[in-house]
Amino acid sequence: MAEQRTGSGKARVFGYAGAIAAAVMAGLLSLALPEVLAGGRVLFGIDWAPSLGVSLAFMLDGLSLTFALLITGIGSLIFLYATGYMGDHPRFGRFVLFLFAFMLSMLGVVMARDLITLFVFWELTSVTSYLLIGFDHENAQARRNALQAMLVTAAGGLALLAGFILIGLAGGSFDLAQILTGPGLQDSSYYTPILILVLLGAFTKSAQFPFHFWLPNAMAAPTPVSAYLHSATMVKAGVYLLARLHPVLGDTPAWQGSLTAAGLVTAVMASILALRQTDLKQALAYTTLMALGTITLFLAGSSEYALTAAVTFLIVHSLYKAALFMVVGAIDHGTGSRDVALLGGLRGALPITALAAALAGLSMAGVPPLIGWIGKELLYAGAATISPEPLVILGVLTANALMVAVAGVVALRPFWGARIKTPHIPHEAPWQMWVGPLLLGGLGLVFGLGAGLLQPMIEAMLTTGFGRDHAAELHLWAGFNLPFFLSLATFAMGITLYLMRDRYRRAIADLLARLPGFDPGWDRFLDHFRTFAAWQTRLIQPGRLTAYLTATFVVMVLAIGGALLLRRPVIAIDLSAPLLIWVIAAVTAAGAVLTLGTRSRIAAISGIGTTGIGVTLIFIFFGAPDVATTQLMVETLSAVLFAIAALRLPAIVERRSKSRQLAHAVLAGAVGLTVTLIVLAVTTHPLDRHITSFFEENSYSLAHGLNIVNVILVDFRAFDTFGELTVVFLASVGAYAVLKRRSRKAGP
Amino acid sequence: METVLALLSGFLVAAAVWLMLSGNLLRFLFGLLLLSNAVNIAIFSAGRLTPGTPPFLGDKGALPDAVMANSLPQALLLTAIVIGFGLFAFSLALTIRAYRSFHHLDVDQMRLAEPKEDA
Repeated sequence: MAEQRTGSGKARVFGYAGAIAAAVMAGLLSLALPEVLAGGRVLFGIDWAPSLGVSLAFMLDGLSLTFALLITGIGSLIFLYATGYMGDHPRFGRFVLFLFAFMLSMLGVVMARDLITLFVFWELTSVTSYLLIGFDHENAQARRNALQAMLVTAAGGLALLAGFILIGLAGGSFDLAQILTGPGLQDSSYYTPILILVLLGAFTKSAQFPFHFWLPNAMAAPTPVSAYLHSATMVKAGVYLLARLHPVLGDTPAWQGSLTAAGLVTAVMASILALRQTDLKQALAYTTLMALGTITLFLAGSSEYALTAAVTFLIVHSLYKAALFMVVGAIDHGTGSRDVALLGGLRGALPITALAAALAGLSMAGVPPLIGWIGKELLYAGAATISPEPLVILGVLTANALMVAVAGVVALRPFWGARIKTPHIPHEAPWQMWVGPLLLGGLGLVFGLGAGLLQPMIEAMLTTGFGRDHAAELHLWAGFNLPFFLSLATFAMGITLYLMRDRYRRAIADLLARLPGFDPGWDRFLDHFRTFAAWQTRLIQPGRLTAYLTATFVVMVLAIGGALLLRRPVIAIDLSAPLLIWVIAAVTAAGAVLTLGTRSRIAAISGIGTTGIGVTLIFIFFGAPDVATTQLMVETLSAVLFAIAALRLPAIVERRSKSRQLAHAVLAGAVGLTVTLIVLAVTTHPLDRHITSFFEENSYSLAHGLNIVNVILVDFRAFDTFGELTVVFLASVGAYAVLKRRSRKAGP
Repeated sequence: METVLALLSGFLVAAAVWLMLSGNLLRFLFGLLLLSNAVNIAIFSAGRLTPGTPPFLGDKGALPDAVMANSLPQALLLTAIVIGFGLFAFSLALTIRAYRSFHHLDVDQMRLAEPKEDA
């Protein structure tokens, strides 16, 4: 991998710090083990938004703790590995920060007790994984793939939020501890929408068909990230959610059908594609898809065997997949290539990595006595309980056989056989890079030989997570039964496929060339989406003031006029008024008419002035001397300013066509009518004078003023007046700034 | 009496809207002034009309015998008139500036900050 290696390497200390911090967290979490293994739940947290019933609450039970230990334990090894792999990268410090933020988000997801908290952490994993996948941000492909992963998972996240809110409505609480011990949501009227939305969230996150395409692209990330995101974290979030909600959403035909279909298709398709890859990392990416599909498939079931198989395989996969990704990184690091055709006979040069690869690879292939063997036996035992059984067994058999072949390609082929010349002389990875894979591979052996070691944890997951009485037992040797014979068949098929892999690759490549790809489809979708966005922006924002004004006035007429039509408020029309009022109103209106009709600037200004004086007279007539004084001053000042300005401005030209003028007149009339109706409706309604009464009674006693309007302005509402002064001041400063500078030449 | 002012207010609004839609910046300003007057009348009417009794208290804050004009809308109007004037003055300055820069007052042709139409 062409990493830039120009940094000083001083940032390595952050990598070690991350590894230690993660290990300490794993240690702290294991303090909860005794209580959780005894079937209990550890709860802690604080109120967040109590009025909404949302709290920042956490919960550790068998399911949460298993995930949390995998996340922190593997996380610690990943930090160590990354320090060896890219510790001298110039941006290594930033990398560690992103990775740590991601780890914390992931912990939040699996430990959240509150659904809203879970959602927040869920979205945080999308954001932080975006930063990690696009870490090589100078590479356009990395940016594109990061964005793709983010858009797909974040879109699913939105669906999930809607689903969570519906769960909250249906279950009466966002508290998982309460929801999980409740009666379940299967009979709720919201069940179908909840199921669809939650599955959208889980399937996008865990890359289930048809949302699988982002995951192989996410391999643009540096290898430590792939090792982490695609083994124990990110993609497992969706699976975690399915497992978490299994007790309240599972066990219905809709749940079983959708999970079986998505899981089976993903598992079989991904394993077929995995063997086609020649890039080791890509091959592993597809096997991750296969594993996710398999777990989803087994979560469709409800039998003890199916659920035990799901959670056991989850642990098995986390262990061997993280190890294998790290091995591939070590090969890449040690030889300069990860193309399977360019690698061979490396066991002499990379002995420790070869050992780790062998352990992890054998576990992946399901060879006894590794834990992978037990996992595979459980898968077959579980498959026999998921309908349609023959199809499920056949699918699992195909996928597992292909896994055997891929394990051979990834873990065996590079180290054994004839030595092939590599881009640079192979060398063993530094210790930071082989500790992790060796430890994880070794754990696979330990848990395989001591099959009982994992039993209490599995037991706790089945009892507290799924509400079963017991888990199925993990045996290294379960006798000559159906799973055993299926395992033999798996090996036979797997080895055959391994030997025929070159012919197989060509056949699959030919087939794929004839099928439409998901990835080009995604690009086309984004292109169309951008075009659509640009089109609707041009439509809504044409950049013409008259268009905006027209839209505003039309909406005003429709909204307020519509409300008036619907509500039909009582409107009293009383045309009796002193003659003087009629005369003043007529003069005021006449001023407006003059302005409407004239092309002369001076006549228009006179018309405006006439209206202003008319309004002043109205204020005087109805007992508002202060308002009238102000109005008179403002009108005078406006007229003077206008007259000065008009000398510098051109004559008025009517550019509108006759029909357009008519249309505008109709709209103007409608707006005017609406205003008239509003005023009539308001004045017909009884007046509430209690604020006015307060001012009348308290002006003198509180503010020692007899002019009530004055007292309101300078005393009761003094801050409003202060704000008003500020506005006028800013307007004058703005006007000065606009006019001060001589104009530059600007185009039309 | 409120009916008369309601009609007047509606008429002024209609005139203002017609002017503002004309596309000429100067006429837009006329419309703006008419609109603020129309709205002021509407607010004033909403507080009810009482001819000839301004809201002044008697000696030592004694309430007069007759019902006084409603002081609340008057206080609001004072603010509205002044703010309206600030808005108008600034818009006028902008208009002058726009004419200096563009040499015309047709608002729909002022697209310096807008994307090209139908690229």
